[in-house]
Amino acid sequence: MSAPAPPGGARWKPAPLLPRDDARETALLFVVAVLCFLACLAAITALASDRAAQGWSREIRGEATVQVRPALNETGSAAAARAAEVLAGVPGVTEAAALEREKAEELLRPWLGDAVLDDLPVPHLVAVTLDPERPATSQDLRVALRRAGVDGLVDDHGRWLKDVERSAALVRVGALFLFALMAAAAGAVIAFATRAGMAARRDVVEVLHLTGARDDFIAAVFQGRFARLAAEAGLYGALAAAAAAAILKLAGSGGGFGPALPMTWSDLAVVSPCPLVAATVAAVAARLTTLRLLRGSP
Amino acid sequence: MSSQAAAPSEPPSSPSTGPVVRFETVGLRYGREAEVLKDVGFTLAPGSFHFLTGASGAGKSSLLKLVYLALKPTRGRVELFGRDVETLPRAELPLLRRRIGVVFQEFRLLDHLSAFDNAALPLRVAGQKPAAYRDDVAELLTWVGLGKRMHAMPPTLSGGEKQRLAIARAVVGRPELLLADEPTGNVDHEMGLRILRLLVELNRLGTTVLVASHDQDLVRGSGMPVLHLDKGRLTRREGAQA
Repeated sequence: MSAPAPPGGARWKPAPLLPRDDARETALLFVVAVLCFLACLAAITALASDRAAQGWSREIRGEATVQVRPALNETGSAAAARAAEVLAGVPGVTEAAALEREKAEELLRPWLGDAVLDDLPVPHLVAVTLDPERPATSQDLRVALRRAGVDGLVDDHGRWLKDVERSAALVRVGALFLFALMAAAAGAVIAFATRAGMAARRDVVEVLHLTGARDDFIAAVFQGRFARLAAEAGLYGALAAAAAAAILKLAGSGGGFGPALPMTWSDLAVVSPCPLVAATVAAVAARLTTLRLLRGSP
Repeated sequence: MSSQAAAPSEPPSSPSTGPVVRFETVGLRYGREAEVLKDVGFTLAPGSFHFLTGASGAGKSSLLKLVYLALKPTRGRVELFGRDVETLPRAELPLLRRRIGVVFQEFRLLDHLSAFDNAALPLRVAGQKPAAYRDDVAELLTWVGLGKRMHAMPPTLSGGEKQRLAIARAVVGRPELLLADEPTGNVDHEMGLRILRLLVELNRLGTTVLVASHDQDLVRGSGMPVLHLDKGRLTRREGAQA
């Protein structure tokens, strides 16, 4: 018998076992890409929020305010100046400056207006800047003031710090929840598509079964198909999200989504695992769905 | 040709000494309808050739489905290669199916795969690499007369070509049991005889063959023993050359 030419070339590979269904797969690609886009935007927003929260925390941690109560024979300004001098010598303090009355009035003006400020006993404040590496504690400041005989109330802004940290944690949890929601939605869409794909390609599934394919083999066929599709959708979604974030950063004068949410160019790298994550979610969803459906067949 | 694909030159290994197929008082019904198979009992010895005959609707295809594990009996016992299919773990079914080649009445070729890929499907499913089966499958397709059509897609093949391709796919894994459901139903008499000769040759090489057919001339002409189904009941007749 003369052997005919089999499919040629060292690179020859058999055709995919599932035919492409362009119409349905294009719609699925679009839906998964949109979900990936939203998930990536959530991730970028979470990073920006985290950075903003860290910045606020750093600022708050690096400052303290001391309200000075002058002694009987002492003016407020003199007491504040004395307190500033004492505090400037405390280890962990980089600067301590008494706040001029004008500056204190400036801080109060937005709440109280011009009319009443002249008649008000404006508090005598000392603004303390702390060493960011080894900041002095509020206790250190209190002890130093007491030793110098200055009556002062130290505010280390701890109340605000807790609020900021709580808000930052909430944003992080919210972003994680959004991400998980998108992943679950993508998984559900893929599971639905797998069911539809198996129903539409029942002929292929049956022939594979009857020619001795294990459930694992058939699951791998669908798993591979949907994982490739999701990876492609993930790539499109990630690129679109990165482009959208870049446009917002440029539109916000390079600062990010505005002053409240500072973003750096490196934040855009957070979208890079998206194709891999999308492919993994799709592969798992398709595999579980296929195996569950096959278990019901003879 | 290697030992991986069906070869016209050497018989398949058949380690089992007992019957390849054993049916005992098998009944089958679809849903709540009347039984399509009633108390069916028979055995197929290794290396035997049988025809399965009966009028349309007599239950031939249902019986074949029980043998190739597409259905389970509603009562009775079906044994394949000495294993009771009812108690067989699901994970072992594929291994049993790989010992069975099936030529379906409606071919069940995959239209998006070439003739070559269709024929190679059982080997691919069994995990063989393309490089390992390329030449064997090409040789097999030549043996069934499709050497020049191996790159053609099934919709472009004639009825006879599809039938021969379906046979090639059924035997490529060197099955111990070959089932054919009306393999001559869609071809002319001449092509029917050619296909029968192909099946007989496979049987001569050691494959147990069961062919469902309503072509009485073909059955009588073959002289092979016949399992006859009538309203779901099976009778056995020894073959006699017409």
